[in-house]
Amino acid sequence: MNLHEYQAKQLLARHGVEVPGGQPCTTANEARAIAEKLFAEGQEMVVLKIQIHSGGRGKGVFKDGFKGGVHLCKSSEDVHKKAKAMLGNTIVTKQTGEAGRQVHTLLVASGEKIVDEFYLAVLLDRETSQPLIMASREGGVDIEEVAETNPDAIVKLQVDPLLGLQPYQARNLAKALGLGGKLIHSGAKLIAGVYRTWWECDATMVEINPLCIIESPNGTQKIAAVDAKISIDGNALHRHKDIAEMRDLNEEAELEVEASKFDLNYIKLDGNVACLVNGAGLAMATMDAIKHYGGEPANFLDVGGSASTEQVTAAFQIVLKDPNVKAILVNIFGGIMNCNTIAEGVVAAAQATQLKLPLVVRLEGNNVVAGRKTLADSGLTLIGADSMAEAAQKVVAEAAA
Amino acid sequence: MAILLKPDTKVLIQGITGSFGGRHTQLSLEYGTQVVAGVTPGKAGQTFEDTVPIFDGVAEAARETGATASAIFVPPPFAADAILEAVDAGLELVVAITEGIPVRDMIEVKAAITGSATRLIGPNCPGVVTPGTDEDSHGGCRIGIAPGYIHKAGDIGVVSRSGTLTYEAVWQLTCNDLGQSTCVGIGGDPVPGSTHLDIIKLFNDDPDTRGIIMIGEIGGSAEEEAAEWIKANCNKPVAGFIAGTTAPPGRRMGHAGAIISGGKGTAEAKIAAMEAAGISVAETPSQMAEALMKIL
Repeated sequence: MNLHEYQAKQLLARHGVEVPGGQPCTTANEARAIAEKLFAEGQEMVVLKIQIHSGGRGKGVFKDGFKGGVHLCKSSEDVHKKAKAMLGNTIVTKQTGEAGRQVHTLLVASGEKIVDEFYLAVLLDRETSQPLIMASREGGVDIEEVAETNPDAIVKLQVDPLLGLQPYQARNLAKALGLGGKLIHSGAKLIAGVYRTWWECDATMVEINPLCIIESPNGTQKIAAVDAKISIDGNALHRHKDIAEMRDLNEEAELEVEASKFDLNYIKLDGNVACLVNGAGLAMATMDAIKHYGGEPANFLDVGGSASTEQVTAAFQIVLKDPNVKAILVNIFGGIMNCNTIAEGVVAAAQATQLKLPLVVRLEGNNVVAGRKTLADSGLTLIGADSMAEAAQKVVAEAAA
Repeated sequence: MAILLKPDTKVLIQGITGSFGGRHTQLSLEYGTQVVAGVTPGKAGQTFEDTVPIFDGVAEAARETGATASAIFVPPPFAADAILEAVDAGLELVVAITEGIPVRDMIEVKAAITGSATRLIGPNCPGVVTPGTDEDSHGGCRIGIAPGYIHKAGDIGVVSRSGTLTYEAVWQLTCNDLGQSTCVGIGGDPVPGSTHLDIIKLFNDDPDTRGIIMIGEIGGSAEEEAAEWIKANCNKPVAGFIAGTTAPPGRRMGHAGAIISGGKGTAEAKIAAMEAAGISVAETPSQMAEALMKIL
């Protein structure tokens, strides 16, 4: 589960990480009020940032031509004007795709004077099954780009999960980033806080980019998380009720939200061949087979290991809501499940949804002969296939016809 | 001889009184597996289907019945505890079927059991099957949720991160009259108890395994690591398949571990590494057995 920047900063602040002051809002009037307060506290600049689950916000362009999802403002009137231009508007960034994303929330925060920028992230190192802290002297830029152009700028630190991050490790990392004097201590404190946020919130990823040395008007410097991105392990939400409430359904595709209600794993893609498959690996392999034979999958859909009639019906309803779909492939390996039960489910679902599109069904496994007979006797014009390859070829041909 | 499980391995089931665990225990019993004990805290003294005694804890269940392997069907919030209990009881093999265990729990479990004598398979896996020689491969040892009848006793080892894709490969082998020594589902989570490489090393040392099918998917670099080792050390033919060529980056494809992140873990990179190691990679999932038969 992905969080918004303002939510990420709330979690970080709770774990002792310094973040610039500010608040989220959903109206231009609120934005102005927050900005007025920040200016009254002595801030010279206020930054206005759209809150969407996508990178590249600053360089994004709104559908009405308004440029940029991040703005530095010198007056609360300017904040109000820009907030009005962005709220409810749809922005396209390099990560949103052409459809773009509608803006519902803004973060109004102090526009700090930035002296230097770094990168800091905590993630799981899958090779060692241990937490990994990654830091870079080059902040504010894409870390993958740094990894390619200047890999020496990246410092990695493995953490023993049973001991946790030790203070000396955090100090060494701060030093490796080039921090000196008192900033070694505040840097180490921040790094420790970021690690604790990752661990205690069951995050899969915490990314601070940029991590900044900021300077207040009186010249004192401190280190703070100026931007933040956090993803949470969805399997751990049962122990984080507060974080579970941060889920923003506006940021998730409507059909994916609908699918999750039926315990279906659905991901919408851009092609026109829909597929319904049991098991994640088989579902991916089915998409690959469609592509291999010249088609484009419209979705990933795992109906689960047991593929009940209710789930199969819901799955049909969901893929049929995608207007691009021209043909459907059902690929079920009925291991424990009786293939005849699955066949009955497919027939019921096709009837319930008054299916008009070509339907290719490949069933294999337990009691498959009876299952194939049920399909053949159903009166539905469906196309049978014995292997995945055959099924993929047939469905691609149907979608192209 | 097979790996991990022999037909007469004594198995206990943690979470035997749950509906999912109970159903698959029944199927394992029908398959001929020696299920000798169940564990559900607070239900000691009861029996499962009038035949399998239930205990409060793993240590006493193992002590009383001689079980050396465990299958875990415990719900996700309690599964890490169940794994640690089984390891602490000194079992040789623990197979965690449970899907949805928090990653942090598995990071802790993996760190805690490093150096112990127990081998952990899973979590989020279909389990392990060593097929038997009776009709429909009955008489074998089945731990987990795989359909027994698709198997056939033989000398091909199968290792995979995916459940139904494993069944697909096994079924293709059986239909081509190629039996299996042992089929191992290592699971789709980002922190697996055992990796492809761990299992391939066991197959390589097993005199009764003649060839290997290795099935992977996007995410992580376990397939690349296995391929590198195979290139230098494996003396048996290996065929493979990688799912997820069409998966969009940054999206979790059903399995918690199936995600391309930061440009890493792509199907292309895995297939390239496998081909460079001399592994016969199937172009489509329908050709997994075929890919192996070409090099046997």
